[in-house]
Amino acid sequence: MPAKTPVNDTPVIEMRGITKRFLDNVANDQIDFTLRAGEICALLGENGAGKTTLMNILFGYYSFDEGSIAIRGEEVALASPKDAIANGIGMIHQHFTLVPTQTVLENIVIGTKDEKRFFLNLKGAHKKLLDIQEQFGLHVDPDARVWTLSIGQQQKVEILKALYRNSSVLIMDEPTAVLAPQETVDLFKTLRVLAEQGRSVIFISHKLHEVMEISDRVVVLRNGRVVNQKRTADTDVKELANMMVGREVLERIERKAVEPGEPVLEISDLTVLNDKGLEAVKKFSLTVRRGEILGIAGVSGNGQTELCEVLFGVRNVETGTVRIGGEPLRLGHPLSSVRSGLARIPEDRIYMGLLMDMTVEDNLQLENHWTERFAKNGLRRFDEIAANSQTLITDYSIKTDGKDAPAKSLSGGNLQKVILARELSSEPEVVLASQPTRGLDVGATEYIRQRMVEEKVRGAGVVLVSDDLDEVMGLSDRIIVMYEGEIMGEVVGSGADREQIGLWMTGVGS
Amino acid sequence: MIGEMLSVTFITGLLGAMMRMATPIIFAMLGEIITERAGVLNLGIEGIMLMGAMTGFLVTLSTGSLWTGVLAAALVGMAFALFMAVLVVYLGLSQHVSGLGITLFATGLAMFIYRLYFGSPTVPPIVEPFTRIEIPLLSQIPILGQGLFHHYSLTYIAILLIPAVAILLYKTKVGLKIRTVGENPFAADTVGVNVNLTRTLCLVAGGALMGIGGAFLTLAHQNMFLLDVIGGRGWVAVAMVIFGNWDPVKGAIGALLFGLVDGLQLRLQGLGLHVSFDLFLMIPYLITVIALIGVSRRASVPAALLQPYRREDKGG
Repeated sequence: MPAKTPVNDTPVIEMRGITKRFLDNVANDQIDFTLRAGEICALLGENGAGKTTLMNILFGYYSFDEGSIAIRGEEVALASPKDAIANGIGMIHQHFTLVPTQTVLENIVIGTKDEKRFFLNLKGAHKKLLDIQEQFGLHVDPDARVWTLSIGQQQKVEILKALYRNSSVLIMDEPTAVLAPQETVDLFKTLRVLAEQGRSVIFISHKLHEVMEISDRVVVLRNGRVVNQKRTADTDVKELANMMVGREVLERIERKAVEPGEPVLEISDLTVLNDKGLEAVKKFSLTVRRGEILGIAGVSGNGQTELCEVLFGVRNVETGTVRIGGEPLRLGHPLSSVRSGLARIPEDRIYMGLLMDMTVEDNLQLENHWTERFAKNGLRRFDEIAANSQTLITDYSIKTDGKDAPAKSLSGGNLQKVILARELSSEPEVVLASQPTRGLDVGATEYIRQRMVEEKVRGAGVVLVSDDLDEVMGLSDRIIVMYEGEIMGEVVGSGADREQIGLWMTGVGS
Repeated sequence: MIGEMLSVTFITGLLGAMMRMATPIIFAMLGEIITERAGVLNLGIEGIMLMGAMTGFLVTLSTGSLWTGVLAAALVGMAFALFMAVLVVYLGLSQHVSGLGITLFATGLAMFIYRLYFGSPTVPPIVEPFTRIEIPLLSQIPILGQGLFHHYSLTYIAILLIPAVAILLYKTKVGLKIRTVGENPFAADTVGVNVNLTRTLCLVAGGALMGIGGAFLTLAHQNMFLLDVIGGRGWVAVAMVIFGNWDPVKGAIGALLFGLVDGLQLRLQGLGLHVSFDLFLMIPYLITVIALIGVSRRASVPAALLQPYRREDKGG
């Protein structure tokens, strides 16, 4: 879409020479950034490129070491979000800043000033909120408790929260990461309305197609620096990708055709409750064969997590059975899952996959320290253990100061490699990988996707659960879409229709 | 025995005891609710109550003024709560360990100061305690009147504080801030609420109430200071917070139930049954535990309870 001409020439925001260090790590290095009224500006970069840090500085949440910020031509000191809000800046974080147990209205009015001093003026706020909803076409019930709302609606609450504070600049940190495709369409409509009314939007993202679609201008960050900026109309996806990564991006991983073998994972009639006691997985049946990657797509929160937890052995089931390699799996017993030949690559690797304060070696030993190879008469065989650790560190090219370095000293990509090394070195029958590349940089992502393909070629059945539709479509031989705990649809991986999958993800049947 | 229990004097007396026994727990429970709603568990409560009991007693003994004693108890409670705030809010230490540490410290200190002033007297010193006030008309209601409307002013204050705290939490801007800080401090911070200051102020306000709850025991309920005067009432208050699901009104109902059972066991002792009185003393605590088992499965804990809040703790 064409860039709009700004109303006047003074930039709404002008950040000059911003530098921010975390200990030894330079997160932002001499960054210049300007924003004009009515402009949608995309801030593009990989994880760790410094986008979020820069915006947290603009929002007054982080302090900075060097540089200056001017708003509407006047230099300002933003010591806290309060100052930023007072200057008309609103930020919608990737993780929503809402209190689920409170109402929409309570979430919106907190911290705002109005004429009444001590008591909440919810009636006045209610009216003001409805006016804003009318003006921008954002409709959410003000009296609903936030936990009852869908993710898309919660995001609307966040936007309303900023508009209620009369923000003229909206910072949105990866707003589409949690949305289904149709919700994204709605969001973009809203953003255009905002821009037409003279408000500015900063859109943080690493999704190139979205950036091309919604922004007027793109600023690309890499390693904490601005590497380039362009009018969106003057660039294309390929150029942006190269600027973002700093080298030619590899084409997607080769799918490698393998003739699938016999069934290796058979799930039948599985019903599982979530933490609230509601049915998260409903009468779910699925068969995965050797030599295939089965992708599970879906908006997060549709039962994928609970399904994985059952297979991992850490959640009880109501009904249903699971067989791995033909043998029934004893459900609710993590050790049975390990022994059945299931490689477990959990969604939250730091919480569930690793012990961050223990060494790399200990983490590599978590699931096999009792085996005959590594222990004799209950005593650990340290020579054997050390040799094994060294081999795995080399084989999986884990970057670490050594096997005795604490896990917390490793980067995200290397942590994931530790998990892969532990899980895959035993040549499992089934690999269950949940969000395996979430939060990782391009290099680590490529490596992990490559390993998934290798496992399939070796003859394992691979289950890939991911929010990243591109990942699922790029790797899978077969794709199912989960919606509210059920399989909404199934397609063959190659040549799957993105739009169809998107519809299934929002619960629209075929 | 049943006949005795149904007599008018028995019921009136029991209601009176219920109110009296519940008073210190209501004070402490409300203090703990305010604190926990902001995301901080104050296990210093038992020690703070004992310091309040001791300070109130000592100050009243030397000044002759009961209200000065109550004020001093509140101040000492605030001071200890502030110390707690430094440990858990600003230094981010474990709330469990810090709270228990404060209870141990305050308990030792209370004993120490008492001994410093009085040594080990054979006859403990006493104060002239609060007298009970009859509320005109209401206290004339048959059976209930003398039980419910003939009490110490601190008891009336405790009862009035229940709706006051509820209104503070649910109807005021401050209350919304407190609740948000306890549920999602990051959200509070992003709308300009000072998380650590809010938590500190809640701790301090809660500490004042805990101190007063302790002072009630030495200035109204009894007229002397004994080392076991609190007798676990601080822990009962913590239990009542959970029992009441972090709601002042429900918590107060729990405290009144505890008071009722406590009053009942005293009267059962008086009926001359040949059972060790220790067993009767156990009853209210036992019932507290049983009630907790029933209720706490559905508890909705403030989501950020026990979690210190700090900005910029991420690497980028």
